[in-house]
Amino acid sequence: MSFAWAKQYEPQTALTKWLDEKLPFPRLVYNAVGAGYPVPRNLNYMWNFGVLAGFCLMIQIVTGVVLAMHYAANAQVAFGTVEHIMRNVNYGWMLRYAHANGASFFFIVIYLHIFRGFFYSSYKAPREMIWLLGVVIFLLMMATAFMGYVLPWGQMSFWGAQVITGLFSAIPLVGEPLQVWLLGGFAPDNAALNRFFSLHFLLPFVIAGVVILHIWALHIPGSSNPTGVEVKQESDTVPFHPYYTAKDGFGLGVFLILFTFMVFFLPNALGHPDNYIEANPLSTPAHIVPEWYFLPFYAILRAFTGDFGIPFTDVVLIPAKLLGVIAMFASILVWFILPWLDKSPVRSGHYRPLFRKFFWVLVIDMAVLTYCGGAPAEEPFVIISQIATAYYFLHFLVILPIVSQIEVPKPLPFSITEAVLGKDKAAEAPRAGTAQGGDAGSLPDGSLQPAE
Amino acid sequence: MSIRLGGIIAGLAITAVLVLWSLVPGAYNYAFGPAPEKQPSYAFYEHGEGPAGGFSFDGAFGKWDYAQLQRGYQVYKEVCSACHSLKFVAFRNLQELGYTEAEVDAEAKSWTVPGIDPNTGETTTRPGMPTDYFPMPFANNIAAAAANNNAIPPDLSLMTKARHDGSNYVYALLTGYTEPDAEKAAKVGFETPLGLYFNKHFPNVNIAMAPPLAVDGQVTYADGTEATIPQMSADVAAFLTWTAEPSLVQRKQTGWWVIGFLLFATVLAFLSYKQIWAGLKPKKG
Amino acid sequence: MAIDTAASSELSTQDGVRRRDWIHIAALSTAGVGGASLLFPLVSQMAPSKDVLAASSTDVDVGAIQPGQSIKTTFRKQPLFVKRLTPEEIAAAKADDAVDMRDPATLASRTKEGHEDILITMGVCTHLGCVPLGAAEGENKGEFGGYFCPCHGSHYDVAGRIRKGPAPLNLMVPEYSFSSDTVVRVG
Repeated sequence: MSFAWAKQYEPQTALTKWLDEKLPFPRLVYNAVGAGYPVPRNLNYMWNFGVLAGFCLMIQIVTGVVLAMHYAANAQVAFGTVEHIMRNVNYGWMLRYAHANGASFFFIVIYLHIFRGFFYSSYKAPREMIWLLGVVIFLLMMATAFMGYVLPWGQMSFWGAQVITGLFSAIPLVGEPLQVWLLGGFAPDNAALNRFFSLHFLLPFVIAGVVILHIWALHIPGSSNPTGVEVKQESDTVPFHPYYTAKDGFGLGVFLILFTFMVFFLPNALGHPDNYIEANPLSTPAHIVPEWYFLPFYAILRAFTGDFGIPFTDVVLIPAKLLGVIAMFASILVWFILPWLDKSPVRSGHYRPLFRKFFWVLVIDMAVLTYCGGAPAEEPFVIISQIATAYYFLHFLVILPIVSQIEVPKPLPFSITEAVLGKDKAAEAPRAGTAQGGDAGSLPDGSLQPAE
Repeated sequence: MSIRLGGIIAGLAITAVLVLWSLVPGAYNYAFGPAPEKQPSYAFYEHGEGPAGGFSFDGAFGKWDYAQLQRGYQVYKEVCSACHSLKFVAFRNLQELGYTEAEVDAEAKSWTVPGIDPNTGETTTRPGMPTDYFPMPFANNIAAAAANNNAIPPDLSLMTKARHDGSNYVYALLTGYTEPDAEKAAKVGFETPLGLYFNKHFPNVNIAMAPPLAVDGQVTYADGTEATIPQMSADVAAFLTWTAEPSLVQRKQTGWWVIGFLLFATVLAFLSYKQIWAGLKPKKG
Repeated sequence: MAIDTAASSELSTQDGVRRRDWIHIAALSTAGVGGASLLFPLVSQMAPSKDVLAASSTDVDVGAIQPGQSIKTTFRKQPLFVKRLTPEEIAAAKADDAVDMRDPATLASRTKEGHEDILITMGVCTHLGCVPLGAAEGENKGEFGGYFCPCHGSHYDVAGRIRKGPAPLNLMVPEYSFSSDTVVRVG
């Protein structure tokens, strides 16, 4: 797709002309992230994180492939080969720290990208497919990160593998055999380590594939923007290159400064000391926690402490363990139906006063869940995480549908041009349509004009 | 509409289950149930601090104090190595502490490592070579447990990274052997179990390791430094920081170059970005 | 954020042009330098690691080797032939010193002074890296009584010099020194 005014790729040299006929790859790039992709001119820095996430994926694949040249996935030697990388391999310590912290930074970037999507309702029509693919990427990332954390075969690796595969044992009837099948044994050992390594190597390339679909889907409607008003005219957009390549270049620089600061000065701050103890199947660390980026979901998992049954009898309908597992998976799966839960015709949180308040409550809620996920399973953290978990589900499943129904949005600018410059000649033309109710996805852009 | 209705119902159902079956019983129990019993030993734990003035490698500009590392190595060799292995460190690595190649050769020879008789193939021992790794004091975990009252002395190669704030922790632990406050102990009925030792900086204050640095002057330093217990503790903590992360100083130094370069590049990228956007002429629609 | 259109358009059309170009070139070349320097750790990680480099010396006890016997040991994970020549073999090797060879060398240049009977060579054929025969009892020693590589038929004489076949060079003599009369440190 493209807007009518998008620049056309014109090969200049004989070589590029020849290439354009045989394999128009330069044209593809030109239209995807070059001058041929018109982008709203009003994107703020929150729109940097898509490019940064792609960059993180590249960091992880490059450092990961290199680390795999020195690592051995065998329970006898895995821990030792990681130390071999740290001590003997040229720049091995740098590569490993970049990979370990790269995972954390990938998640920081992705969380900001997701919350950008929450605030500006980037999931709404016509961009539902982009959002759905994004949730798929996030799930694949979680699986990849978990399996990667197992590979050093430290104490947290081992017990993480034990506990996370243990989640599946909560499933009625097939649970226990399923866990044994996943591990290839009765406890994590060579079989589990080897398959995790294999999948940890494979999945990033699957992610890369879904990322291509994600970007492809993005180029159908074009990028969203902070006003949530769709692009109407050429003056609403600028070519991606050089405007956003330059801006993303600057954003990348800031990101790299923060990232390298962690790699070179605080490389173990985001990890857990126990993972520098070799895996010991006979002794669990006193306080096991997943990596920080899983903590909110871990808190949701642990929030369910009571079996769901008939009160004052011994009848248990759903045991607490299974409830926690269901809730944890549901907490992410709920994102899949998000485009259909929030039906407000206005996208941007800037023009949605009530929605905006709840958005910030959700941000705080996630922070509380993260904190509680890392805290020991004691009071008052259990009660706090239960309240936060309740809010999490209420937010997506109850509050968003109701708010989108009752909220009176603020007036929207006529166009991006008007939002940026304060005036837009095209706006002088009679305005039609208001922002009350209605199904934004099925209506043309006119439905997203301001309520006056 | 049906998705939203279903969502609202599902959301309320999840919340109801969570609140009624988990939150309410838990909160009731927390408010009116018996308070969870804490082990009396918790009352005696004190968070440990590092040596006064910190370590030379602390901070973003930290550097190794090679004399200290060599002293720490001496403490490890003469005291710790009786029970604790250092299996990820090779004798050749000692050259990084400022020893010459010949000194490392001689040092390696002073250790006995397992070997194989070239004629009979039987296991035997031989003097160490620079390429050998520090030998294990016990043949295996069972032997280690049997010789140490069922507590296996952990490998020390990574100890300072395997504990929170590890360098300071090692120092605090080695200087933390005291007697518990007798009055307080009598009050809560606390007693260090037989065969264990009281250490206020060990997480459960009862440690299986007997005080390894018991008297001042236990080690005679070659450089004439007075071998007080805090001095020996700080030295061996510094040495173990090196064994856990030999690249620590190189890492920080490389970091300054990388970050300096990135700052420069980012400023340029910012100027370039601003230039490009400054040229943006709004097209009136 | 409104853009001051008048000022910015003026800047870009008049005196701003050269400064702007300079900044873009500087920013792009800095990014290029950064990207290129990333290659350094990525390339050098594939070079031998510290433990491999450190394991590059081997002590060999040559005292027990009888004249005419060879032992095979390893140096840098490759076979190393240590052979004690008999007086007849020394004489034969010396007699051939002046013969036209592909890679001319004398026996003296391939052994240490005072230890002319100890020949230490890599057991790696210089053709394509197979291990030549002849170090063990009863193996084919080739037409020149030294070593014979069965892969492509290279014949080495008693001093390990290439005499016939495709190999371009003599069997390599590694750097070594006698640390005592009977112990050799290779590497």
